[in-house]
Amino acid sequence: MPWIDACALVDIEEEDLVRLDHEGRTYAVYRISGEEVYCTDGLCTHEKVHLADGLVIDHTIECPKHNGQFDVRTGAAIRSPACEALSTYPARVVDGRVHVEIP
Amino acid sequence: MDPVRLITFPMERDYSLTGPERQNAFDKGLAGAEWYRTPVDRKVLKSLMKRTDWPATRDIAIWVAVLVGSGAGGILLWGSWWALPFFFVYGVFYASAADSRWHECGHGTAFKTRWKNDAVYELASFLLMRNSVVWRWSHARHHTDTIIVGRDPEIAGMRPPQLIVLCLNLFGIVAVPQSLAALARNAAGILPPDEADLIPESERDNAIRVGRIHIAIYVLVALVSLWSWSLLPLMIIGLPRAYGIWLLLVMGLPQHLGLAEDVLDYRINSRTVLMNPILRFIYLNMNYHIEHHMYPMVPYHALPKLREVVKHDLPAPNPSLWNAWSEIIPCVLRQLRDPRHFIRPQLPEGAGVWEPVRSNQTA
Repeated sequence: MPWIDACALVDIEEEDLVRLDHEGRTYAVYRISGEEVYCTDGLCTHEKVHLADGLVIDHTIECPKHNGQFDVRTGAAIRSPACEALSTYPARVVDGRVHVEIP
Repeated sequence: MDPVRLITFPMERDYSLTGPERQNAFDKGLAGAEWYRTPVDRKVLKSLMKRTDWPATRDIAIWVAVLVGSGAGGILLWGSWWALPFFFVYGVFYASAADSRWHECGHGTAFKTRWKNDAVYELASFLLMRNSVVWRWSHARHHTDTIIVGRDPEIAGMRPPQLIVLCLNLFGIVAVPQSLAALARNAAGILPPDEADLIPESERDNAIRVGRIHIAIYVLVALVSLWSWSLLPLMIIGLPRAYGIWLLLVMGLPQHLGLAEDVLDYRINSRTVLMNPILRFIYLNMNYHIEHHMYPMVPYHALPKLREVVKHDLPAPNPSLWNAWSEIIPCVLRQLRDPRHFIRPQLPEGAGVWEPVRSNQTA
């Protein structure tokens, strides 16, 4: 899979995320602190609500509608009503830009 | 008016989750659709969603203190009329105030610490005779498909309204036996079709386990009551769900009653009612109901601030409960004759345009 230039690192606040739409799919790109970044599918596995409006607490993303929670490092669902894991994708910072490896 | 008609007037629509309205909701793109929300700046929203333990710790502590104090007064004065005011307070805090604590902790927003949310949620679920697993999924669906017929399991104001049932439920007369029966079914390992529609396979054993725990405790309390030949144990555990729920209905039914069904805009199907600080404490600010539905992850204590951010885009709130019921009662009476009637709130000039993005989900 190719590495995609998602955004500048400074475009994402620490403990926050942004939405990334690419090739008809939608993703969530997270910045936890410094250059620690992650990427997951953008839609909650429970009801397909976009996670971009959710809250990042430590390494957890909380769905903005139902409080389903996922670990952004592994995609694991850690609080119902989220039961299925999110897909995760490699992410890195290169020269102040966030790159993600997505299909 | 013929009172029988109030009960037997046929429902125009099937409000079950497995009837024909379910497919209609999918066909119309109303299930799992995108809803209108007043835009809020991301930084502002993040600050509003920020979690903290303090307000809920304070409010839960006061709630528990009132329960213990009024319950102790009721026990000490049992047998005299002086016990009545204590049980009046105890019942309201046991049932009506428990509902809002159940609600906030179910959303996981009351406390920052997860186990505190879960502990209060389980306790309040028990007090309210709700299976905590079933109702977690039920309430999630309510937020996905708010007042979408055939999808939302929490539509209290069906049309035409069952007025006698609504009135009887001010004291749980219909709802308590229904709730106990639902728990007993779960305890027997049965999940009816509407519950099975909500709960994924992986959660069903948990639902059955919770049903068994609740029923076991209620049976134990009933046996203690029989053994001691006193109503007092049931006055402390169980019956308050009946005699103390009236205030919740007075505060909570206006959330959606008399408003539109099958719309994708909370401004049209939900109602914000201004209330005094005592009611807002009991109700944990759920009177800001449009705001809550638009941004359900904003904790209850931040809802007044959220209201200030979005109010330019919302209908004028009802200034009091009295005012809300003054518009609801004529509406539901008219719905007895004309179930299609509803109140259409007036959006302010310049309000965001309601352009619903309908879902393409299939049943």
